[in-house]
Amino acid sequence: MKYDCIVIGGGVVGAAVLDRLAAYNLKVLLLEKEDDVASFTTRANSGIVHAGYDCEPGTLKARFNVRGNELIWRDARELNVPHLKCGSIVVARKEQLEKLRELQDRAVVNGVETRILDRDQTLKIEPNVADEIEYSLYAPSAGIVSPYQLAIAYADRAILKGGEILLEAEVKAVSRKNGTYFVETSKGVFESAIVVNCAGAYGARVNDMAGAEHFETVYRRGDYFVLDNTERKNVNTVIFPLPTAAGKGILVAPTADGNVIYGPTAVDSANPDDTATTPDSLDVLRKNVPLSYKRPAFNKCIRVYGGLRTLIGHDFVVGESKVLDNFFMAIGICSPGLTSAPAIAEYIEALIVERTKATVKQSGIVAPPRRKRLAEISEDELDALIAKDSAWGRIVCRCEKVTEAEIVEAIYSPLPATTVDAVKRRTRAGMGRCQGGFCGPKVMEIIARELGIPLDQVRKGGGATIARYAVKEVE
Amino acid sequence: MRNMDFDVAVIGGGPAGMAAALAARKQGATVVILERDSRLGGILNQCIHQGFGLHYFGEEMTGPEYADRFRKMVEKEDIAVMLESMALALGEDKTVTALSPSLGLCKIKARSVVLAMGCRERTAGAIALAGSRPAGIYTAGMAQKICNIDGYLVGKDVVILGSGDIGLIMARRMTTEGANVKLVLELAPYSSGLKRNIVQCLDDYGIPLKYSHTVTRVEGYPRLTGLYYAPVGEDKKPILSEERFISCDTLLLSVGLIPENDLLNGLGVNISPVTQGAVVDENRMTSMEGVFSCGNVLHVHDLVDNVSQEAEIAGAAAARYALDGGVCKGDFVNVVARDGVRYALPQRISRGEGKLRLFFRVGDVYKNCRLIVQSGENTLVSKKFMVLAPGEMGSADIDISLVDGDVVVRLEK
Repeated sequence: MKYDCIVIGGGVVGAAVLDRLAAYNLKVLLLEKEDDVASFTTRANSGIVHAGYDCEPGTLKARFNVRGNELIWRDARELNVPHLKCGSIVVARKEQLEKLRELQDRAVVNGVETRILDRDQTLKIEPNVADEIEYSLYAPSAGIVSPYQLAIAYADRAILKGGEILLEAEVKAVSRKNGTYFVETSKGVFESAIVVNCAGAYGARVNDMAGAEHFETVYRRGDYFVLDNTERKNVNTVIFPLPTAAGKGILVAPTADGNVIYGPTAVDSANPDDTATTPDSLDVLRKNVPLSYKRPAFNKCIRVYGGLRTLIGHDFVVGESKVLDNFFMAIGICSPGLTSAPAIAEYIEALIVERTKATVKQSGIVAPPRRKRLAEISEDELDALIAKDSAWGRIVCRCEKVTEAEIVEAIYSPLPATTVDAVKRRTRAGMGRCQGGFCGPKVMEIIARELGIPLDQVRKGGGATIARYAVKEVE
Repeated sequence: MRNMDFDVAVIGGGPAGMAAALAARKQGATVVILERDSRLGGILNQCIHQGFGLHYFGEEMTGPEYADRFRKMVEKEDIAVMLESMALALGEDKTVTALSPSLGLCKIKARSVVLAMGCRERTAGAIALAGSRPAGIYTAGMAQKICNIDGYLVGKDVVILGSGDIGLIMARRMTTEGANVKLVLELAPYSSGLKRNIVQCLDDYGIPLKYSHTVTRVEGYPRLTGLYYAPVGEDKKPILSEERFISCDTLLLSVGLIPENDLLNGLGVNISPVTQGAVVDENRMTSMEGVFSCGNVLHVHDLVDNVSQEAEIAGAAAARYALDGGVCKGDFVNVVARDGVRYALPQRISRGEGKLRLFFRVGDVYKNCRLIVQSGENTLVSKKFMVLAPGEMGSADIDISLVDGDVVVRLEK
């Protein structure tokens, strides 16, 4: 099959690129090796919209972070993705004031609004900072967004605009003949004039396959605790320690879905698949969170997870290959990658539009499926919904109050959710304090019914099934 | 929005909810049961093993049979049953907001409310289980549901962490279905399950149980391929130098049950940090007037028979509260657990006449000990036990007329 443009990788960057390109008279395809978009780095990061004060001035990171911060709020609003511009603070002890001032100097160069607050002012914003904290650098433009829901919403909108997404299509080889790229995948060979490499942890490998620039990659794993939503009332903003060479440090933050996270750690690895948490790394969090936050509640943990930042040198790699024509790259997208994603997509869009002279095929905003949570629906609206479809009255996930209708809707979204994890990311069923102990089997049943498959073919995500062997049958 | 009006609203249609509703109806109250599942019975419906009803019905039966007895009694009575109905909120005026696919959003005005929502299982997340996050790690109850209701095994090479009763029951269940249950690990130096379950579910099948051991991390993606485990020191921290690997495709967790009191969030009801259920008086009334609690949402029980009896106390009292406006005699004293007793329930009782049964759990295994219940100068109970274990709830009857100040429940060597 022939395309004008193939995007490799369905993380938030790839999905945002596809969403933008799908607005043009271009035949575009996104290839993703996993069984859903947002399945790797995008599903396991902090979900922070960074203000952009700490990026080294003049870097791509600084440029895309600051621009991304402008774009991401608009995108989240248009796409109905949970978000909150709650601001962030970098907290400092008395002797660290000078470091805060250095950070503020960077903010000025990067064009980011910040204020240095004393302890009393800090407490007004964030009453639970640690007792030793005397100052903070407040950035009102920072906040939080659901990273996977943002990527999913980009993907859904892209499909509604005519873009295509092929899941479980792992790229095996990329070659070029007479100006056409041949992208060989586990699901066949696809031809395209243009390739955009958004392959995340596998970005450098895809570059090598195609014969573009070779990059050395470092994978920096970060582990997190997710806290019960009863902790949400104790945290108002994103609380950072002072940044170090390893990164922005261990933060305490609300999530856009109403939980709280502590993390990430920073453990370097050579393995792009290694997202397993370790006891040591979790202990680092137990030790460090109290340094900035005085109400750590590790006993309210509902989940731990690990994610990777993929580092190529000190900056993002965004732009066209100098070796290969029409081979564009958005790789090495570590922090602040989520915030930068819409700006990176905007930049890649501009390059490709200039190259192809493509014209916009439709104007106006295309809205993806509205994913309202039960609590957001008015009583009258809910009764009307139930009158039309009783599934709106059937709660499947009791912890997060998710109805059967929302789960069915996710299964029939533009990019269908076909696994328990995919349903979870779209609806939150199974993300609460019982972690799917009660709703897991019910979600499996609904997926089996809607897809017309037996229960033992319903997958968790990543390809593994849950109900595996039928019990002994009695004739 | 549909408005309804009942004397007593019972939230939860498991064993506690059904017994409470029957007891309330017997007092002449109008009663509604809200049940989130499509049938009454709660978790009993998936507990297809024997061992239920010996105390209450004088015969041994399976969970579904026990539930069915109560279901039939409920059906015979004039009790409103709302199935597939989830209580979303409880108001300070005891209005229950519920959602139902057939009735839509409902506001149920009730004069008293009985909480009977049961408990949930602690998860891999709650114990911050390190490692990959593959398919193959489930709470024992979820595996039980998939096995006994849906008809599938979740795996064939099984390790179980925790020796709670559901874990023990599932060790036997998976074994009889052809799975290889390789090992049961328990963090504590004793089991949190019933002795009879250790004997009948592990010993009879030669399944090894290692006390003072825990899982340190799991491996494999997308499917679990194995895990590391280690003995723990006195501080319950794993001794990593003695870490060992075992291959498995399934890890079942039976690491504790937590009363599911989410409905009480924000209402300021006193919750016991020990039981994680409400603090109640002898009528099982919580610190919120007219709101009663019973069954596993109050404290986790080992025997459903005890749940039914406790629920009858709560249900009858809830009806009397609804019809007469009050059940509390006032003049409360506290029941205090001490010296090896982890908790005693009810946590407060009013002075007066008659007998009262106290329930308690100990915090460790005690041999040849004496349970002392004292109030002021009076010794209400002095009872010798060969052995008391955390996995078995104990009880002691007291004469309320002897209560003279706070009641202390303690152990003596």
